[in-house]
Amino acid sequence: MHRFANPARFQRLATAILPWSAGATVVLLVVGLYFSLFASPPDYQQGDTVRIMYIHVPAAWMSLFVYTNMAIAAACGLVWKHPLADLFAKAAAPVGAGFTAICLITGSLWGAPMWGTWWVWDARLTSVLILFFLYLGYMALVNAFDDPQRGMRAGNVLLLVGIVNVPIIKFSVEWWNTLHQPASVMRMDGPTVAAPMLVPLLIMAVAFTLYFVTVVLLRLRAEIVQRRIQTMRLTQAAE
Amino acid sequence: MLFGTGEPFLPMSEFLAMGGYAAFVWPSYGVAALIMVGLLAATLKSLRSGEATLRALEGSRPARRRRDRAPASASASAVNAPAVSEVREG
Repeated sequence: MHRFANPARFQRLATAILPWSAGATVVLLVVGLYFSLFASPPDYQQGDTVRIMYIHVPAAWMSLFVYTNMAIAAACGLVWKHPLADLFAKAAAPVGAGFTAICLITGSLWGAPMWGTWWVWDARLTSVLILFFLYLGYMALVNAFDDPQRGMRAGNVLLLVGIVNVPIIKFSVEWWNTLHQPASVMRMDGPTVAAPMLVPLLIMAVAFTLYFVTVVLLRLRAEIVQRRIQTMRLTQAAE
Repeated sequence: MLFGTGEPFLPMSEFLAMGGYAAFVWPSYGVAALIMVGLLAATLKSLRSGEATLRALEGSRPARRRRDRAPASASASAVNAPAVSEVREG
């Protein structure tokens, strides 16, 4: 049977955070879209396709950020048997998969005019595709068991094994020859992107992060409700 | 325009053309919007339906609570009684 670390405290916290995170997401998305589409210049080489970057790069960051958070939660779930940590990973997975899909599709739409190809099997693209399959595999695995706790445990192990892919994605553009350009924002010597392009990029990144916070809190709520339903049905059947 | 992209007021058609890359830029924004709005909608839907199910289940529970406090009240436990005996016998 599921015992909650403190679902009541979580519900209070979620109720306090949700209106702010949802409101800030909307505001930042509107401001970010304004900068991305209107108030930033076209690139001198790439023209207006550079505007794809303001979706593609934040989505790529989120795909790694969400997975890393899920893996940390998986470790907490396995070590301390913290049930909310298990539920967090389960709640976050579809959002992470969504960001990874956005990253892959927009990357393809950007590659077609700029590289002359929709897809290449190079290190960066392939490792991100593997990340996408890790998300899908985790989601399938968690739901493949009759006992939800066994599903969670199996899923958590998969998340921890799959974390090896995160540094591979990050450094793939340095370790191998790839069509994909190297990092231009997350660099030791500071970003090399010009300020008029860095502004929309960072605003969109914060907006995507707040979107993730909002949706994950709502999904966690839905997961807790599902667990309660399950518990009630089990106790009713056992009486 | 904040960063001076040239013309302060771009004609709508020119803006939509995205310098000739409209077929790549707009689908990118469209796909992102579709996935993010779709995820949010699916989340809200499952949350609402889950909460409705939970309310319905809790609605059938007062019978049990009353039985817990006053075991003698047989009529209140009648709702749950058949299922209970079936499970125990089985």
